[in-house]
Amino acid sequence: MPVLPLVAHGLRKRYGDTLALDGFDLEVRPGSVHALLGPNGAGKSTAVNTFTTLTRCDEGEVHVAGHDVRREPAAVRAAVGLVGQHAALDEILFGRENLVMFGRLYGLSKAAARERADELLRTFGLSDAADRKVSTYSGGMRRRLDIAAGLIRRPALLFLDEPTTGLDPRARNEVWQAVRRIVDAGTTVLLTTQYLDEADQLADRITVMDAGRVVAEGTAQELKRRVGGDRVLVTAPVHADLDRLAAALGGIGDPELRQVTVEAGPGGGAAALTAAVRALDAAHLEAEDILLRRPTLDEVFLHLTADHSAPDTARPEGAHR
Amino acid sequence: MNAVTTTLRQSWVITLRDLKHWQREPWTPIFGIAFSVMLVLMFGFLMGGAIGLPGGGDYLPYLLPGIFALSMMFGIEATMSAVANDSKKGVTDRFRSLPISSAAVPLGRAGADLMNSAAELAVLMVGGLLIGWQASGSVGATALAVVLLLWLRFAMLVLGVFLGLAFRGEGGVTAVQVLVWPVGFLSNVLVAPESMPAWLGAVAQWNPISATAAACRELFGNPTGITGGVLADNALLLAVLWPTALVLVFVPLTARAYRRLSR
Repeated sequence: MPVLPLVAHGLRKRYGDTLALDGFDLEVRPGSVHALLGPNGAGKSTAVNTFTTLTRCDEGEVHVAGHDVRREPAAVRAAVGLVGQHAALDEILFGRENLVMFGRLYGLSKAAARERADELLRTFGLSDAADRKVSTYSGGMRRRLDIAAGLIRRPALLFLDEPTTGLDPRARNEVWQAVRRIVDAGTTVLLTTQYLDEADQLADRITVMDAGRVVAEGTAQELKRRVGGDRVLVTAPVHADLDRLAAALGGIGDPELRQVTVEAGPGGGAAALTAAVRALDAAHLEAEDILLRRPTLDEVFLHLTADHSAPDTARPEGAHR
Repeated sequence: MNAVTTTLRQSWVITLRDLKHWQREPWTPIFGIAFSVMLVLMFGFLMGGAIGLPGGGDYLPYLLPGIFALSMMFGIEATMSAVANDSKKGVTDRFRSLPISSAAVPLGRAGADLMNSAAELAVLMVGGLLIGWQASGSVGATALAVVLLLWLRFAMLVLGVFLGLAFRGEGGVTAVQVLVWPVGFLSNVLVAPESMPAWLGAVAQWNPISATAAACRELFGNPTGITGGVLADNALLLAVLWPTALVLVFVPLTARAYRRLSR
């Protein structure tokens, strides 16, 4: 069996009165993008800091690329790249100098560090800005350079802690493209985010966490299915008999919207849609509009975290050093 | 490569980075030096005429070794704010996530700051010679004085790294920038403790920076302004011991603060 990039069991970490991690488990599969999704203060950064040996947790076990974070921190650090929440770059140095410096710290020779820096600058579309101070970079450029710095040693596992927090939509798109490029090159990525569309866009698997615990895990599709299935929404023409329509479709009518909602069965949305069309045809009824509605990840998120997060909105981002 | 040379090589990368900062933004070190020069001019010429020395002797040659020591101590601000800035921006966390020795980052900082302070000391000494200060001791004694000054700077460096890691907010740096004044002036740097009220003079004598200043005055062959007290016989010894004690206390504390940064 191949070594998993990351396995964590029963992590617990207390900061004063707050349990930042409360029996947290995680398994990351090789070659995938795994998203840790949760609101502020859910414990995402604490988890990442534990995985990258920056924080030692009170209980539990973590193996990164087969190495125990507690017993072999040096081996873990050699196997991972960390891109933290704040662009951890030297603002006064040029973009290229930043990458060369980190390359040298990773033990590359001067020539090798330069070569690797140029390669990464090309990959992330920063060649033109290579010899400018980082303080002149835009938010998106900084973030890309930051990610490049995490990739210098071709890590087995790259951690991206909220890579797009605080970025405008264009910069966010740039970062997403950069992440896809990394994954295409075969790097496993563990990403934390509070944005559902980010997890939806990038992740193969999503772990939803709240208050230091795993609330749900699966693919985006699986999570959406957990909140309830797809729905078929049929809008009746004006003056049509809504009750007759509802009866024919086996759904519930809403007179105000002139709409009948049909919950999809185990066959899924497409089957429900086909069945609805057939039922209309058989009953010689007309519809003004038919659409298939899937639950969004936002609904999933609110549904899954509603039970825990309400009372402690003021909880500090525990992970935040 | 063994562990020591690897660590030194990694520290050197960090040192080069810090030196590059000064190359790109030279105003910080230039103002640091200009500030010490200003103190010399202010106290040497503006107020010096009104300041007398117990035991006789000219004020200017008394003052300069004091300013040398004071500028070594004020270096703590630069160290602290650089360290606080790095840890606030997450740069330190990235360093910590790299497979490098945990001593490399502080050692690299130390290398750069010591070079900066050595340059500052050179400027002050040459400037001092120009306005009439003299080092009439032997070459060995003069070299020893320089080593003692840099040794004080090294202790301030360790303390500065510790404070920078422990108090990262803006408030921490500001507090130190204010506190260095009373701590620096409550010494024999500018005036002889014998001229102060007895209790204050006693505190000033025991200030670590006083030991370095007094030892340097002896080694340079400058007036010491000392007529008695703890520094009369022990200045040299204390100038070695004080910084050593600070280093011994704060190196482990700094290492601990570094490891625990994000816990």
